Amino acid sequence: MSLLFDRDGELANPWNRIEGDAPLPDGAVIVDLERLGSVDHAPLGVHIPNNTDPALLVGDFGRIALISVGFPGFSDGRGFSIGRQLRALGFAGRLRASGPVIVDQFAYLLECGFDEVEIPDAVAERQPLELWRAALARAEHAYQRGRQGARSSILDARRARNA
Amino acid sequence: MYRYDEFDARFVKARVAEFRDQVERRLTGSLTEDEFKPLRLMNGLYLQLHAYMLRVAIPYGTISSRQMRMLAEIAERWDRGYGHFTTRQNIQFNWPKLRDVPDILDALASVEMHAIQTSGNCIRNTTSDPLAGVAPDEIEDPRVTCEVIRQWSSLHPEFTFLGRKFKIAVSAAEEDRAAVATHDIGLYIVRNDAGEVGYRVLVGGGQGRTPMLARELRAFLPKADLLPYLEAALRIYNLHGRRDNKFKARIKILVHELGIEEYRRQVEAEFARIDRDAIAAPAEEVSRIAAYFAPPDLPVRPAEDAAFERALKTDPAFAAWVAQNTHDHRAQGYRAVTVSLKPVGGVPGDATAEQMRVLADLAERHSASELRVTHEQNIVLPHVALAGLYKVFRGLAGAGLDAPNRGLVTDIIACPGLDYCALATARSIPVAQAISRRFADPRRQAEIGPLSIKISGCINACGHHHVGHIGILGIDKAGVESYQITLGGHAGADASLGERTGPGFAYEEVPGVIERLVERYLELRSSRRETFLQTYRRVGMEPFREALYEPAL
Ligand code: SF4
Repeated sequence: MSLLFDRDGELANPWNRIEGDAPLPDGAVIVDLERLGSVDHAPLGVHIPNNTDPALLVGDFGRIALISVGFPGFSDGRGFSIGRQLRALGFAGRLRASGPVIVDQFAYLLECGFDEVEIPDAVAERQPLELWRAALARAEHAYQRGRQGARSSILDARRARNA
Repeated sequence: MYRYDEFDARFVKARVAEFRDQVERRLTGSLTEDEFKPLRLMNGLYLQLHAYMLRVAIPYGTISSRQMRMLAEIAERWDRGYGHFTTRQNIQFNWPKLRDVPDILDALASVEMHAIQTSGNCIRNTTSDPLAGVAPDEIEDPRVTCEVIRQWSSLHPEFTFLGRKFKIAVSAAEEDRAAVATHDIGLYIVRNDAGEVGYRVLVGGGQGRTPMLARELRAFLPKADLLPYLEAALRIYNLHGRRDNKFKARIKILVHELGIEEYRRQVEAEFARIDRDAIAAPAEEVSRIAAYFAPPDLPVRPAEDAAFERALKTDPAFAAWVAQNTHDHRAQGYRAVTVSLKPVGGVPGDATAEQMRVLADLAERHSASELRVTHEQNIVLPHVALAGLYKVFRGLAGAGLDAPNRGLVTDIIACPGLDYCALATARSIPVAQAISRRFADPRRQAEIGPLSIKISGCINACGHHHVGHIGILGIDKAGVESYQITLGGHAGADASLGERTGPGFAYEEVPGVIERLVERYLELRSSRRETFLQTYRRVGMEPFREALYEPAL
């Protein structure tokens, strides 16, 4: 099992992750990347490992409502760039980070285009939802521009100050 | 120099609070040791052989008198009364206690300093020319670019969990004093044919067990495109750099395996896709930063100073020091002074709290309150008037800081090695000390001329031995330290990697080995003006190899 949440709190998970070739139930399903081309289903989501080239999905953006990006370990940061690329390529659906990420990465995930985070129970036990909320509340400012998300931009704040 | 505004100050404070919280969460078990480790590393905290080590950032090596005094205070209050200046223009404290670290970070924040990203798999402190803003041969002050990069790279949401550490260096001068080609990304500030100032971008340099010099990625990058281009270059690395093997995870391996053309193609494709305007630093932000690096208000002075000339004539030690340790300044009547942290028999780069205070005072009185840390582990007082030079020299001499050896055989770079480092396979500091004692005579050093010796205590090459004119690498051979020698490395604009002479030598043999190499050079050189490196490049390895191995045959 896992814990799913976004910046506003815990989410019920309407999505059914279907691994391999198992038959598809009714309702929202997330399929593996290999299966994407051969399924006709709605609502449809896809799970991609973090070595996937996001450009491969562009043709499917119209029929995918959710992309779940795998984070095999919190220190493997490839998923951050994949999130950025998916958004740059125009994906406007829901973006999920799935794996044992940590509280300290919450703001970064949101800023790289992710909407929601799914962590395994083992992580959730040590890092309950309050800690994720607290981390976000603490994250105040960032120096970068071109993010969407959690921290406000220092550069924009300076601009406003000088205006 | 750069001053924090309210946002910078709040940012650093928030980071300290976050670290306090991380320590707390580690103690309650919310974070596992595996999870805590990269977080503490990103706050500069290492676990060494005997204790924690805290590495404090000195952005591009520029530091004020006030900040230097705080470092002295930290050394006294929370360490053993000294600090160690590093080849990354930072300072390390070798003995802090974990529970004191948040307080140390608070103390640093009070003088606009931090330890953010001095370690870990993220973008590290951007390094630069220690003579930035001073040297007559520079196009513009490279620290403006460094500060833009410092801010952009601080807690970057996308690049804080890279495959490996990432180092950037910037130089704007004709002479490369920043070892640009040994960095993951190196930037030369250049002028194109149209007279516009921009960047020549290099990529894929690095030392470690697979040393490589950086290759050219872009001959000319317009200034405004700096951050978008860096984002593109980092993104390709973050996505495709190897993560299966720590020793193959630096960008140099990616560039090597893809080939520079393919890496360039991918970066340019990514760059074309990026919304540049959304990422670039706004022009007004760059000018805001640039204003802090306007040259200090130095009083106008005559080109010559009678008292200075007199001191040169009457005090030969002063004359020798001026000749070796001072550099031309762009302003008339001023010099930039290199303060050597390499006294004979000393630990390269170490300074006591007392010495730090002397440096802070001298900078305050004679150098517009500004100091620099060099990647050769020395300190620079950038703006000293000729009229003040003798006072500065006397002040330094009183604190044991007057070694007239900048760039000479005793100006040795050495990594911490077995004395501190958990990864070390051999001693490094004591080797430097022994060589330094062997060549103690300043006249002999001057006779030998420019010669850089660099020592690493394991193949990670933190002592940069690959780019030493003479490189020394200590390895462990069946439980005994063995030292391999390389010759012909160089870190300047015409950078080269050293070549191995042959089998290694025992610890006790090293000073004698260096002496044989130096003696052979003195026999071989075509004139007193031909340096060790030039001679080596002219005659090659063979004559030196003979000097080392012949006697044994
Ligand atoms: S070269 Fe090796 S011994 Fe020296 S500091 Fe680096 S890791 Fe430690």
